Amino acid sequence: MDRLAASASEARGPWREAWSVFKRNYAALVGLCILALVLTTAIAGPWLYPVDPFDIVGAPKTPPGADADALLGTDYLGRDLLAGIVRGGRPTLMVGFFAAMIATVIGITMGALGGYYGGKVDALLGRITEFFQVLPALLFAMVLVMLFSPSLVTVTFAIGFVAWTSMARLTRAEFLRIKQLEYVRAARAIGSSNSRIIWGVMLPNALPPIIVAATLATGTAILFEAGLSFLGLSDPNVMSWGMMIGSNRNYLREMWWAVTFPGVCIFLTVLAISLVGDGLNDAFNPRLRTR
Amino acid sequence: MRIALFIARRIAYAIGLLLAVAILNFTLIHLAPGDVVETIVGEMGGASTETIASLRKTYGLDRSFIEQLFIYISRVASGDLGVSTYFNRPVLGLVADRMFATVLLVFTALATAVVLGTFLGVTAARRPSSWLGALVTIVALFGFSAPVFWSGLMLLLLFASVWPILPASGMYDIASGATGFAYALDVAHHLILPAGTLAIIYLALYSRLARASMIEVLGSDYVRTARAKGLSENKVVFKHALRNAVLPVVTIAGLQFSGMLAGAVLVETVFTWPGMGLLAFEAILRRDTQLILGILLLSALLVIVGNLLTDLAYRLIDPRIRTDG
Repeated sequence: MDRLAASASEARGPWREAWSVFKRNYAALVGLCILALVLTTAIAGPWLYPVDPFDIVGAPKTPPGADADALLGTDYLGRDLLAGIVRGGRPTLMVGFFAAMIATVIGITMGALGGYYGGKVDALLGRITEFFQVLPALLFAMVLVMLFSPSLVTVTFAIGFVAWTSMARLTRAEFLRIKQLEYVRAARAIGSSNSRIIWGVMLPNALPPIIVAATLATGTAILFEAGLSFLGLSDPNVMSWGMMIGSNRNYLREMWWAVTFPGVCIFLTVLAISLVGDGLNDAFNPRLRTR
Repeated sequence: MRIALFIARRIAYAIGLLLAVAILNFTLIHLAPGDVVETIVGEMGGASTETIASLRKTYGLDRSFIEQLFIYISRVASGDLGVSTYFNRPVLGLVADRMFATVLLVFTALATAVVLGTFLGVTAARRPSSWLGALVTIVALFGFSAPVFWSGLMLLLLFASVWPILPASGMYDIASGATGFAYALDVAHHLILPAGTLAIIYLALYSRLARASMIEVLGSDYVRTARAKGLSENKVVFKHALRNAVLPVVTIAGLQFSGMLAGAVLVETVFTWPGMGLLAFEAILRRDTQLILGILLLSALLVIVGNLLTDLAYRLIDPRIRTDG
């Protein structure tokens, strides 16, 4: 990039510059559109298509298109698949979003404290992070959900509690880098408190990669939720996409649709989130842009 | 001699980590609502206060938390991980029987992903705008976004139902009774779908990583020098650049045991692959607390051993790594 363009971008402010890069990225825009569609369906769907996904509406294993009452067909019990698709997104997205928030908050705290203070604090927090990396995350989440009753809240906390390690490492690396910069030394020189420097000065400057990682963490958390529901470890009274796949998988050969459609929904949702995440990454990292 | 010291230190550290996992396990049982006695009393259909009190004494639940923890840790240290309530067998033996299948699955998937991913990534880096570059992007997006149990089911539908060329479940054909080489071939045949499914996720990661690092390496000075010497392009890429380009792939691959084991839970459940993951699913289904906690502990052990071996391999391969672990 030439110097003129660089100074022009500085003048426009980093966030607007990021958006101007982001909106030129077609893949990211497609992701944003899919995400908007998924969110709209999750929020407004139950009103637009008011069929209970647990109600039996027709003959079991009806293929898509055969019954006007169940456009996408029915599952092994005769429940409307479309109703499940429409309702199943909300718990998945909610769990994914809040679990990613929990993971981000834990990760930022651990990484920021370790990176800023260094020494013994860093060593201790590093050991804790390493401990959580050694436990296979999904297995640990399974144990947590099994021991503390499967509900949306338990599942959210279990995922948030196991998925923060990469965020901690990223934040720590950013803090180690930023700690060397002049404005941090300046803040210390004018007598700012440690917590003011960490949360007020350093964190805002570490945010761009953290935002990208948090976006991608939402996708990971959704995959976690889907995996747990697939294994039967979710609230049995709330229909979700993963649960639909899990309960119909034994009939895969007779009724491909009941397993395929919910999976496509999970896939598209996570795909949209990763496309947006990649777009944000390019937008925040001008150096990586044109290669 | 230095390597012996290094190994000793790593093993001491590994034991510390395992101890922490055991403490976590015990704390979890303690925090979870309900205990063994409540379960037994529930199955008995109720019991008198004295019976409950004597049962609590038998199971040591009348002692303090610290005492109970100490008893638990010493039991674990002597290899006693409790008895599975569903299988009615010691947990250690149950999990040990399943360990080989999981290690085989994870290792095959990891090796496939590293080799194929590096190849795809390097090829894509050489011709960024070719169809191969697009393929890497698509594979990467799919691997990152598709839930692994779903892609497994889709592959199952394709290759075991629509075009039935591969077995749908299990690890070997019981009816054939094959032994020796025929048995190994049979297992390999059954391994293709589950290992392939598990490899897809990591294929995505490694092909992206290999592409990025190859692009960087190809732009470096020493590659320009090699080209200026008039070496053929293949020699430049495979002899000079590849060695440095695969370093990040190898580094990351060593850190994947934990994630792979988690993925194995889902893949084994889909393909009824008789490993620890399927056992974990069965344990969850039967609410078998002792069994699932034993699996958690032993899979942590597997991860630790895997990391240890990776560390060791680095020290042997890369002479630059001579720092203390």
